[in-house]
Amino acid sequence: MASLTSARVLRPVGTAGKLFAFALDVVRGLFRRPFQLREFLQQAWFIASVTIVPTALVAIPFGAVIALQVGGLIKQFGAQSFTGSASVLAVIQQAGPIATALLIAGAGGSAIAADLGARKIREELDAMMVLGIDPIQRLVVPRVLACMLVAFFLNGLVSVVGVAGGYVFNVILQDGTPGAYIASFTALAQLPDLYIGLIKSLIFGLIAAVVAAYKGMNAGGGPKGVGDAVNESVVITFLLLFVVNFVLSTIYLQLVPPKGG
Amino acid sequence: MGVEIKIENLTKSFGKQLIWGDVSLTVPAGEICVMLGPSGTGKSVLLKTLIGLLKPDRGSVIIEGTDIASCPEKELYEIRKLFGVLFQDGAMFGSMNLYDNVAFPLREHTKKSESEVREVVMEKMDLVGLLGAEDKLPGEISGGMRKRAGLARALVLDPEIVLFDEPDSGLDPVRTAFLNQLIVDLNAQIDATFLIVTHDINTARTVPDNIGLLYHRHLAMFGPREMLLSSEEPVVRQFLNAQRVGPIGMSEEKDADELAAESGQELPPLPPIPMQLEPSNGIPRRSQREPGSWCRENGVTPPPGSFQSANAGLAPGV
Repeated sequence: MASLTSARVLRPVGTAGKLFAFALDVVRGLFRRPFQLREFLQQAWFIASVTIVPTALVAIPFGAVIALQVGGLIKQFGAQSFTGSASVLAVIQQAGPIATALLIAGAGGSAIAADLGARKIREELDAMMVLGIDPIQRLVVPRVLACMLVAFFLNGLVSVVGVAGGYVFNVILQDGTPGAYIASFTALAQLPDLYIGLIKSLIFGLIAAVVAAYKGMNAGGGPKGVGDAVNESVVITFLLLFVVNFVLSTIYLQLVPPKGG
Repeated sequence: MGVEIKIENLTKSFGKQLIWGDVSLTVPAGEICVMLGPSGTGKSVLLKTLIGLLKPDRGSVIIEGTDIASCPEKELYEIRKLFGVLFQDGAMFGSMNLYDNVAFPLREHTKKSESEVREVVMEKMDLVGLLGAEDKLPGEISGGMRKRAGLARALVLDPEIVLFDEPDSGLDPVRTAFLNQLIVDLNAQIDATFLIVTHDINTARTVPDNIGLLYHRHLAMFGPREMLLSSEEPVVRQFLNAQRVGPIGMSEEKDADELAAESGQELPPLPPIPMQLEPSNGIPRRSQREPGSWCRENGVTPPPGSFQSANAGLAPGV
């Protein structure tokens, strides 16, 4: 009985370990030749095509909400001239990577999990292994790299669209001064803020793709198993992303002193 | 030439459930073997263990001196190039057309030029009778065609061992008969070791040189075709003749009461042993034995009427 309980308690630890081992396999596969360039380009194109429009559409209200919130708050302090800066900080450091990650996980990750899951239950992955080809190297590595690349660029898109949206809302709705909004960009924000945003988006893309691929490749029990795998991969990715975002933000704020602080 | 597969004390369980234990057998080089068993006895699991897709709990699978069960992954990928595997549903890659599917192993593993690839692919497509269907996607063709396409892909690297996972499931009797003939012809042509997993008795009675029977978590019997077809052993007899009387029940093995109730019943006589399926060109295969030779050598009297027709003891029309 005791062993049964402990087995149940320890099961998530085992799953986490397997996920980590899978991630290590993927890293090892990164350096194995030949590199699957074609698959990589196809996947990057596919992921970009399913994420660009939703990301842009999410980024506009994201930037606007931040601009409204921060703008309102800052007005009460009487520091309107810093609105642009605060909004840039929030968008580039937090909103950009998070919005990117949600869309990469929701649109790209679910597609990866569904694709690999379907291949798993149709025995395509087994067939591939039997033909002497490692599916991790052949299928997973290109997908992970594609996800990271697309996440990197989507992050740039969110940043630009978010800041532009913030500008429009600040200037038009809150009677902000266009010049002050732009001029204050560099007052509080600095280049490392941009770096951490990009690093975050790379890591989020990695996590989303690895979790999705792991769940897809371990799908079982017929078509229902594929559905479950997709569902679990999205939920697990979201959870992981928010935890990792918290950790990265904390480390960054400790390491890099705020400008003018 | 074919390669021998030596299986020793193989045991596999999922969690606490034992699938089969202590399976030991040698699949002789170049011969056709059939592995039989009631549904759910882990025939496919055995096949997957032989190619290293599943790790057994204990035991070894030795092919050309390498133990599949314990060798490092790198060696495993090398040794798998000796294998051709036909999966249950063909396991074609859904995103590629049949031509690319069959060409896939060649493009990945050989440095052949595109025109050489074309030559080999067309030869194998012709062999399985799929010429003209190269541009179709796996989703657009019937199950029987998918199986034949899977067979073409399995054969494209000239394997030493070919494994068939239920080649006859979901096929009509005519197609099954054609597929069986194709298997025998292929064996005559490429001399590879064939292992067929099935529960179709007609296939088992006519195609193989050797038969194995998995039952109740162990290997009940493995030996030459004539040995099993003339065997009086209850499980073998019941299964190979598709009878209700015997130790195999509907869900699992029967309990003591049911067996006791049957004890008085007289078993129907063993049906005659059919002739083995011969290659369609009439030239015997290298591993083929003369009909009745095992029975003569071992002093077993085959059931009356044996070795007289190709479909003795079979379902009609086969």
